[in-house]
Amino acid sequence: MNRKHETDQEIERGKIGAFVDWVNADSPDIPAEIEYEHEEHHGEHHEEHHEEKTPQAQIRQERKVVSWMYRGGSLVCGLLLVAILLFTVQALPRFGEREVPAFNEVSQRYLEEGLTETGAVNVVAGIILDYRAFDTLGESMVLFTGSIAVIFLLTQLSKKAEGEEDGSKKCVESLPAQVIIRMVFPIVLLYGIYVVFNGHISPGGGFSGGTILGAGLILCHLAFGEAYTSRFVTVKRCTGVMSVALLTYIAMKTYSILTGANHIESGIPLGTPGSIFSSGLIFPLNICVGLVVACTIFAVYSLFTNWKAREK
Amino acid sequence: MEEAMGNLFDNYYEMAAVILFVIGFLSLLLQKNLIKKIIGLNIMDTAVFLFLAAKGYVAGGLSPIIRNGVTDAKLYINPLPSGLVLTGIVVSVSVTAFFLALTLRLYQQYHTLDIDGIVLKAAQTHKHKDCHKQEERDE
Amino acid sequence: MTIFAGLLLLFLIACAISLFFIEKLINVVIVFMSYSAVMAVLWLLLESPDLAITEAAVGCGITTLLFILTLKKVNALKEEREEEDEQEA
Repeated sequence: MNRKHETDQEIERGKIGAFVDWVNADSPDIPAEIEYEHEEHHGEHHEEHHEEKTPQAQIRQERKVVSWMYRGGSLVCGLLLVAILLFTVQALPRFGEREVPAFNEVSQRYLEEGLTETGAVNVVAGIILDYRAFDTLGESMVLFTGSIAVIFLLTQLSKKAEGEEDGSKKCVESLPAQVIIRMVFPIVLLYGIYVVFNGHISPGGGFSGGTILGAGLILCHLAFGEAYTSRFVTVKRCTGVMSVALLTYIAMKTYSILTGANHIESGIPLGTPGSIFSSGLIFPLNICVGLVVACTIFAVYSLFTNWKAREK
Repeated sequence: MEEAMGNLFDNYYEMAAVILFVIGFLSLLLQKNLIKKIIGLNIMDTAVFLFLAAKGYVAGGLSPIIRNGVTDAKLYINPLPSGLVLTGIVVSVSVTAFFLALTLRLYQQYHTLDIDGIVLKAAQTHKHKDCHKQEERDE
Repeated sequence: MTIFAGLLLLFLIACAISLFFIEKLINVVIVFMSYSAVMAVLWLLLESPDLAITEAAVGCGITTLLFILTLKKVNALKEEREEEDEQEA
């Protein structure tokens, strides 16, 4: 009787109460649509449910109404958002026009003075690794932090003995794929290195080349398996290389900011634009960024593959 | 009619970017599967990148790589959005990797990819813990 | 060129909408992969080859790989659970 009274009250609280409960996931043990797979935790409560089916069915119905209201509300929100944003877009300057506020003196300065000031033929590389190198340091830090977070989430504390045994089998099983991957992966690695090294004189740079390098390492892992790859690249070594690359980046940029800002002779030659050893610090900084990106990608990949489903 | 529409159909890149952004936003709100939510977030990312790159484009401009030493700003497109988006793309990968790792751990704990199921199961386990504590106190 | 870009943009929107109606997760991931590939072509049309290289490597390669690995691990967990249930039964 008492229990029934409670549920009656709950119904009186109406849809708002149900909504609050739904938001807090504080349900009276009735999910709207989800079936529980495990019932053994609440076996005792379960028998009681059947006795009072009618009020519970009512609550379930209300929950369904709330869920539909949520869907409708978010659709309305989306339509409103699209209307507001499209209204903004029609007021923007025409696509492809030159005289827009975005193309201001900053961009013009980068284009006109970039070659003499940074020595980089690729203006984008000059921007992200010279004018705005501090920003790029932050981005590399984000990558580093991301891979550290993945390491925290997906590392097993228990050392696996069996994992190392079946490591050699962990390559692609189909033979044609294996042969093709073995033929392609050195080319991919070489292309990655090329893109990193030519970051300041052609499209590409540390970020693009680093991803290609990481993809090449992943291909190597796929073709030869864990046992072979772990000889020269492991997660531990990846974090080591990342830390060293970031510290080198910081050291180089600190030097250039200290000397450059005070107009002391920095002693970094800019070289002839267009040759590989030109544009001062951009070349080594590109290599640092490329190493960070490649190591992040390979570390994340190998953590995902080596993660054993259950650690009981 | 012509005036009311403004530059809407000239800015077709921006229009598509806005629509993609809202689709990604809606899939974050409406999808119940965590993997689909993460893909929705990725779509939002690429929509923002597309918008930025489209605003930096200049009709007839060349990519911002100095050719033959000609440093005339009228020849090239705006290099600034490219620089911003380049770092953004790579950061979005690491964010995706982090979310996927979280998803794996959630699946390991609650045996479902459905967000409502995860929330309900989490609430239930808390409730059971509270019940057990209450029982212990009663005893 | 405008028509080509418009078609590609329409393809992007179609891909994004179709994600709501596809049930199987592996198909969702593959649709997202084609979305990224088309996005790489669009970067090239917008005269940003840097972005095109990065997007091609990241979107079609790394992100898809990570999604597929996640799905594989989820399936492994599911099978393990089913086996355990069978053993208990």
